Amino acid sequence: MSSRFSFIYKFKHATKNPARIPGLLYAGGELVIGKLQQHRRELGLSLILLICSLISLFVGVADISIFDIINQNTEKLRLVFISRIPRTVSLIIAGVGLSISGLIMQQMTQNKFVSPTTAGSLDAAKMGILASIILIPASSMLVKALFAFAFTFLASLIFLKMVESIRYRNVIFVPLVGLMFGGILSSISTFAAVNLNIVQQMNAWMMGDFSGILEGRYELIYVSLPATILTYLYANKFTVVGMGQDFAKNLGLNYRAVMNIGLFCVSLTVSAVMIIAGSISFLGLVVPNIVSIIYGDNIKKTLPFVALFGSTFLVICDIIGRLVIFPYEIPIGMMVGVIGGVIFLILLLRQR
Amino acid sequence: MIKAEDISKSYGNNMVLDNITMQFPKGKVISLIGSNGAGKSTLLSIISRLLEQDQGTIAMDGKKITEFKNKKLARHLSILRQSNNVGLKLTVEELVSFGRFPYSQGRLKEEDHQKIEEAIRFLSLEEIQDSYLDELSGGQKQRAYLAMVVAQDTEYILLDEPLNNLDMKYSVQIMTILRRLADELDKTIIIVLHDINFASHYSDYIAALKDGNIEYYGITNEIITEQILQDVFDINCAITERNGKKTCNYFNHNL
Amino acid sequence: MRHHRNIFVLLAIGLLGAVALFMSYDLGRGWEYALGLRSVKVSAMAIVACCVAYSSVTFQTLTNNRILTPSIMGFESVYMLLQTVIVYIYGDQTFKVLNSFDNFMLSVVCMIGFAFMLYILIYRKGKDNIYLLVLIGLVLGILFHSLSSFMQLIIDPNDFFIIQGKMFASFSNINKDLLGYSAVIMVVTLIIGFRLTKYLDVISLGRDQAISLGINYQRMVQIFLVIIAILVSISTALIGPITFLGIMVTNLTYELLKTYRHSLTIAACCLVTAILIIGGQFLTEHLFHLSTPITTIINLVGGAYFLYLLLGLKKI
Repeated sequence: MSSRFSFIYKFKHATKNPARIPGLLYAGGELVIGKLQQHRRELGLSLILLICSLISLFVGVADISIFDIINQNTEKLRLVFISRIPRTVSLIIAGVGLSISGLIMQQMTQNKFVSPTTAGSLDAAKMGILASIILIPASSMLVKALFAFAFTFLASLIFLKMVESIRYRNVIFVPLVGLMFGGILSSISTFAAVNLNIVQQMNAWMMGDFSGILEGRYELIYVSLPATILTYLYANKFTVVGMGQDFAKNLGLNYRAVMNIGLFCVSLTVSAVMIIAGSISFLGLVVPNIVSIIYGDNIKKTLPFVALFGSTFLVICDIIGRLVIFPYEIPIGMMVGVIGGVIFLILLLRQR
Repeated sequence: MIKAEDISKSYGNNMVLDNITMQFPKGKVISLIGSNGAGKSTLLSIISRLLEQDQGTIAMDGKKITEFKNKKLARHLSILRQSNNVGLKLTVEELVSFGRFPYSQGRLKEEDHQKIEEAIRFLSLEEIQDSYLDELSGGQKQRAYLAMVVAQDTEYILLDEPLNNLDMKYSVQIMTILRRLADELDKTIIIVLHDINFASHYSDYIAALKDGNIEYYGITNEIITEQILQDVFDINCAITERNGKKTCNYFNHNL
Repeated sequence: MRHHRNIFVLLAIGLLGAVALFMSYDLGRGWEYALGLRSVKVSAMAIVACCVAYSSVTFQTLTNNRILTPSIMGFESVYMLLQTVIVYIYGDQTFKVLNSFDNFMLSVVCMIGFAFMLYILIYRKGKDNIYLLVLIGLVLGILFHSLSSFMQLIIDPNDFFIIQGKMFASFSNINKDLLGYSAVIMVVTLIIGFRLTKYLDVISLGRDQAISLGINYQRMVQIFLVIIAILVSISTALIGPITFLGIMVTNLTYELLKTYRHSLTIAACCLVTAILIIGGQFLTEHLFHLSTPITTIINLVGGAYFLYLLLGLKKI
């Protein structure tokens, strides 16, 4: 802060006295470096993300190396643009979106263990997609997404109402109830799928998998970006709303409106990711918790970390999934499910 | 007599109890006072074996409490804490009967029935003994729980802030009953209180905890002094005495 | 007490009525054969009813709430994972390699083993928190479910139908020997279990109170968890997953019978559960003609009840 003032001061004086310009440049440099240092962790993480993304571009069945790009090998370049880049970009967006959704939900319920997985949101989205298949058999991706969104939004509303009535209990109780709720939704979906004889298929497109992402078929996922931006702007409001209706009213916030915006953002993200990539459990649960352990609970500060962590984690998992049984792939849904689950267990066991 | 020796307990980096050593003489009412976080509830939980200490021992009449079988220990030591259990479908009489569990293991004999009746009478619960717990007021419920403890007929009764959420009338009622338990039935009452005036009027001994240590321990009237209270609670108070009992006025800081 | 007796009489009559209806409805020509088949089913239902009743009521007392059921601890995911692995390895040879008896025993052993592993994991660290135990079981359940889903993807679609059949509870094709073995295990467990219900009464007062009254709390909780594990394993291995049945039956029982005595509550719950299962199976067979498995009916109704409980309409 003071370096900024001293800079402005020096600037004012420099315009009067040209001999002071070197000093001015020096102060300006100091300011920039100061800001960089403050955010050095974010920069470091961003760098890691960048590197991983680049790696992701070059990992795959088709052998593409950086020379192919430099030499403008048209066929390989096409592959990069049609498959690799969309895939990597989707991974990043999904990672950011799901992690932040988890963070919002945790803030709104003031409970560390709430996330799209433990609140039935993923199961509701699945139900929505199934409903769209049943009701409008040849539905486009957009229609499916709308259905998924509607179901997720509704389910999240119900979940929040449930949380309100069991607020003052042991903190582990809430995710337990959420998981049961998800189980109920899931069993209804399974039943419908059995009757249509598409259980195996349903499992297939439910399984989180980024291998089918192609240019022209994945743009829907960009829809979750505005949700992420909105979250950043509303971050503190979500925290206040999490403290209760009275508390929020007292501070002049429109409780219902903020809640609904939060749910809107979460539902949008979850349904978009679900349509494009399938179900990815535990991401929204594990990433915000790890970040909170390392960096604390100040949302404005930790939000960028949650986003960076989430996307990096997802990209790395995907790369591993592509390499482990090369040239076959382990779907990311399973990788994150197992790795995320194990991390969550470790978190639980060490916390108590 | 209960003896605590070198009791220490920490949560993470926070040392809640630091080498506490003290004795609790028989047949007296001993209050534990101190500001929030001083460690009073923790100490009480450790003495009653609800919580495990990091180090140190609790001994009752010379024998370590960990060496007692819990069923037997329950005949000598009982503790009453804030109870939050939802949906207890019990009448007052059924709750008090639970107090006999260490002896009857569920099968009530003549002697058990007698003790139950006595406890109900002692706490003046005859009129509501067939009412369900969820129909009672806070004060009545607390008396019911106290009756259960009385029916348990233990030499040592530990209570953790029993006067929380009770209005004045019920608070005085409970403290009077505790006084009677000590005087008439020779029970030892160890009680955590946050209101020093109740401690002053009803206890024989007071132990003041601060930062995990026992700063002061002695006869009530020796502890209730302006200096000591200033040290323990960091407030000024004016003490008045009447009929041998001291009252602290800590409401006016500009003295 | 008289009030309680009336309820039991009512329930007993209800049960007899349900059994009679089930056995005699639409018997048709080959009635001897049908009767034989149906008695097997009814016996299985009785066993499952007792298992579910005892384990659900006990579990809810241990966790001090009226919503959770023991199956959420991951038992059913373990069962599904095992079944998936078996089909994955043996494909359509599954039934030849592993007859229903071996499958049953293997399932029970795996589920009980899982429970023990869980308990040791939690209690070794000296942590006395049953909610944590349940949550960890649940997370492991999700993990196993992910693994199962993945394996199910790569299984031959024809073989998949074997697994699909296991996903839902079914009273058809129950091996009579299995019935015998499960009945024996269940009866022995329940005899021990019923003698311990007085400790449950004290535990319902809360952990602190229970210890103060001389109960060896941690030991008791462990024993009850083992009993629950055995009963849930038998029920799941016998007929498959019935997740949400527990919520319904316990709450219905609590509505009918207002008492703290678990011996009475559990006994009544056994009757209630039996009536509901027989009723549900009756609907499945004669109204839905087996197109809707009983699990779905139970999950739908149980699920709706679950929401009703939680949307603040009742204080829990």
